Amino acid sequence: MAEQISEAIEVREGVDRETVETVQNMGSYKYGWDTEIEMEYAPKGVNEDIVRLISKKNEEPEWMLEWRLAAFRRWQTMTEPKWAMLNYPEIDYQDQYYYARPKSMEVKPKSLDEVDPKLLATYEKLGIPLKEQMLLAGVEGADESPAEARKVAVDAVFDSVSVGTTFKDELAKAGVIFCSISEAIREHPELVQKYLGSVVPQSDNFFATLNSAVFSDGSFVYIPPGTRCPMELSTYFRINAENTGQFERTLIIADKGSYVSYLEGCTAPKRDVAQLHAAVVEIVILEDAEVKYSTVQNWFPGDEEGKGGIYNFVTKRADCREARAKVMWTQVETGSAITWKYPSCILRGEESQGEFYSIAIANNMQQADTGTKMIHLGKNTRSRIVSKGISAGKAQNTYRGLVSMHPRATNSRNYTQCDSLLIGDQCGAHTVPYIEVKNTSSRVEHEATTSKVDDDQLFYCRARGMDEEEAVALVVNGFCREVLQALPMEFAMEAQSLVAISLEGSVG
Amino acid sequence: MAEGAVLTAQTPAVEGKTRAGGTALAARLEALELPAGGFAAAARRDAAERLQAMGLPGARDEYWRYTDPAPFNAARPEPLAVPGREANLFDDIDRLKLVFVDGRFDAEASDDLTAEGLQIESMAQVGAGHWAETLYGVLEAEGQTPVKRPFAVLNTLVARDGLMIRVTGKVSRPVHLLYRRADAAADVVVHHVIRLEPGAELTLLETGGIGARSNTVLEVDVAEGARFHHIASKRADDARIGIGHVFARVGEGALFKSFALAVNGRVMRNEGVIHIAGNDAVAHIAAAVLGDGNEGSFHHDDTVFITHAAERCESRQVYKKVLKNGAHGIFQGKILVKPGAQKTDGYQISQGLLLDEGSQFLAKPELEIYADDVKCSHGSTTGALDETALFYLRSRGVPKEQAIVLLVLSFLADALDEIENDDLRGAILGRLDDWLTSRAAG
Repeated sequence: MAEQISEAIEVREGVDRETVETVQNMGSYKYGWDTEIEMEYAPKGVNEDIVRLISKKNEEPEWMLEWRLAAFRRWQTMTEPKWAMLNYPEIDYQDQYYYARPKSMEVKPKSLDEVDPKLLATYEKLGIPLKEQMLLAGVEGADESPAEARKVAVDAVFDSVSVGTTFKDELAKAGVIFCSISEAIREHPELVQKYLGSVVPQSDNFFATLNSAVFSDGSFVYIPPGTRCPMELSTYFRINAENTGQFERTLIIADKGSYVSYLEGCTAPKRDVAQLHAAVVEIVILEDAEVKYSTVQNWFPGDEEGKGGIYNFVTKRADCREARAKVMWTQVETGSAITWKYPSCILRGEESQGEFYSIAIANNMQQADTGTKMIHLGKNTRSRIVSKGISAGKAQNTYRGLVSMHPRATNSRNYTQCDSLLIGDQCGAHTVPYIEVKNTSSRVEHEATTSKVDDDQLFYCRARGMDEEEAVALVVNGFCREVLQALPMEFAMEAQSLVAISLEGSVG
Repeated sequence: MAEGAVLTAQTPAVEGKTRAGGTALAARLEALELPAGGFAAAARRDAAERLQAMGLPGARDEYWRYTDPAPFNAARPEPLAVPGREANLFDDIDRLKLVFVDGRFDAEASDDLTAEGLQIESMAQVGAGHWAETLYGVLEAEGQTPVKRPFAVLNTLVARDGLMIRVTGKVSRPVHLLYRRADAAADVVVHHVIRLEPGAELTLLETGGIGARSNTVLEVDVAEGARFHHIASKRADDARIGIGHVFARVGEGALFKSFALAVNGRVMRNEGVIHIAGNDAVAHIAAAVLGDGNEGSFHHDDTVFITHAAERCESRQVYKKVLKNGAHGIFQGKILVKPGAQKTDGYQISQGLLLDEGSQFLAKPELEIYADDVKCSHGSTTGALDETALFYLRSRGVPKEQAIVLLVLSFLADALDEIENDDLRGAILGRLDDWLTSRAAG
């Protein structure tokens, strides 16, 4: 008990003051505005013509179109999965736009200078500067050597298209390819053909298959052998258009002995009608390579009555294909009305490692069903899962995970910890782990707890002059600490304030 | 014979990909002799309708993820040689012995049914209007939400025998249900109903091989302040297949404790469905499982669902499985805390000890919580014997075989501790020790 309190205080004296200030200064969802911009839409609904149109708009080669059509045909035979603890009205897949792009993007801008200023302003307002001389807000001075502020390359995706990628030249010098996936399909077909669908096959699941048919853009990363990516890479997804689904596809390949840290952020305007988002992220990690993938998911969560919000159905998977490959997923899930997301690790290479750190916050009417899969196939593989679920308001939050030790995965280890925190008596917190051990020499440990915000901790904070909301934010940040620490600096700050914002109004 | 007519009539196939179609169900029912009306006629009619609606489970059914329901869906079991008699582990305990042969109550072989504080009748003896009609198939039906348990419905529909036990006082002598097999092809369906009146106490023991295939249901209503202890140990009758359900309702301040020792069975599935209905109640369910796959394969599935619907209640699930020679141990456990069930204290532990390659432990320990002021946790571990501990014991002169026995017993200790009575725990320990020592060499 005493230890917990002293921990909490540390948080307060560090960055938490900022969190509390942010809560006070901001409205509940600060990214809820929209950009008025002339858009071009494909007709509503999805059919083979739409798939062809998306492929044509992206100027794709024939093989890509065939790949999409095969996925689409497969999708038509599939049914939407219903096993998650999620409750939402039927989705009418024909009542969505599958392609929307700003008119100004019709002729591809050759450099960022040619990009519509309105688009650049949108990202600037979101705190994502697309001009290379600018650096990510909130980082300056936080770094150990402030003189040399950290660079982050950004690929900005606006509805269905990528509007620009920064630091491309500097990255190219290091041999790193960082561009939109549509560009990669045109410029690097050999890499795309080799790896696309090799981690998440076209027929993987209902949402991934739909994505395979209609994905419009996304990011592509290739890190050559022995290269440490000179800066962090990031993609920022923005849904702006109404009634439009966003289907982005990300493919990351870390060749032998390379390293990259990748960040993903997302927001959407406040709208009354729910919007669909079905993304696929594939990561291929070869011998001795390492990928760190961090997400701060902050899609519009819907209003207090559960109106609107993003339905987020995401398939993310990393394949540690060769020996000593390593992947680390870190996610902070605060947005979306519905979250269906299980970033997974296939630990195929011997001594490969997978880690999953997650904070999932559901407030008001939000529902989250999220977790991970650790599939141990190789010998001496290791995995670690730390999941923190927070439910408030009338929200439902489920951790769903699989740890599987195959007969060949001898001497492997897994440690799983999932903790749930309940704020208020109207919400729910659930844990659904699957543990499958098929060899003797592996060890699997799983622990889960569910509790509420401790009254003693709250009382202690309040006795020192904090109001209840501040105190809850403090305790929650302490609860999430292990995960927050796993995030890169830029995200850790944002995530911390998000935690507080997401819980706003949950107390009293 | 009304319910028979309902069932043999041609009915449309059950919808849905995950469930076995109506034809499997029809074949399954045809092979069974349906009981005539009289006792529980209404419950059976209701069961007929429910079963038609839900069908039998298929291999893709989520609740049957780790166990293939095919052996239970098959119209008839494979005949299985009847083993010789062996000494019963409760022979030294003063008890009221009630014998079932191939699932039928054998009054001659049993003790006199009249005992103080107890009212015991076999299903065959009772007619319509019996007290047990308020419970027969009722707790089972309540236990069908949110997860369907079709074989329990099937049991309610076709069970022809079982005991109706009403406990009105504190019964000191345990009631012992002893099962024997005589017919190698016996496909046994037994359904017991137990009602503990407020403040009553009963210890129920179950041992023996029930049938070549068995389907048992035990419905237990534990009223306010009553205490119920249940200890089951199935004999080493290896190739048996069986499915058993325990449906319990636990009233205010009442106690329910169930422990099972399992050292046998080719395919066994035990479902425990416990509804904690009254405040301040306690429910514990535990099992120690020793599986040796060399004895005609071993697949043992414990599936538990505990619902907390009242305040300040405690529940425990303690499952320990020792597996060797390709044995499969499964645990699916759930704690559901309903809205308003504040101050719940729920704990669940499932552990697998794999003694060699090829054995598997598969677990799905779930929590579903809708109240905030609760303390719920679960733990699950799987691994091999602790080499350090083994080395320690051997370095002190304990032979390897004996050291393994010691470590296995200590692994199982938490589950055995759930047996409160020392004599009964001693009897179980003795059986365990025998089993381990006789197999240590292998």
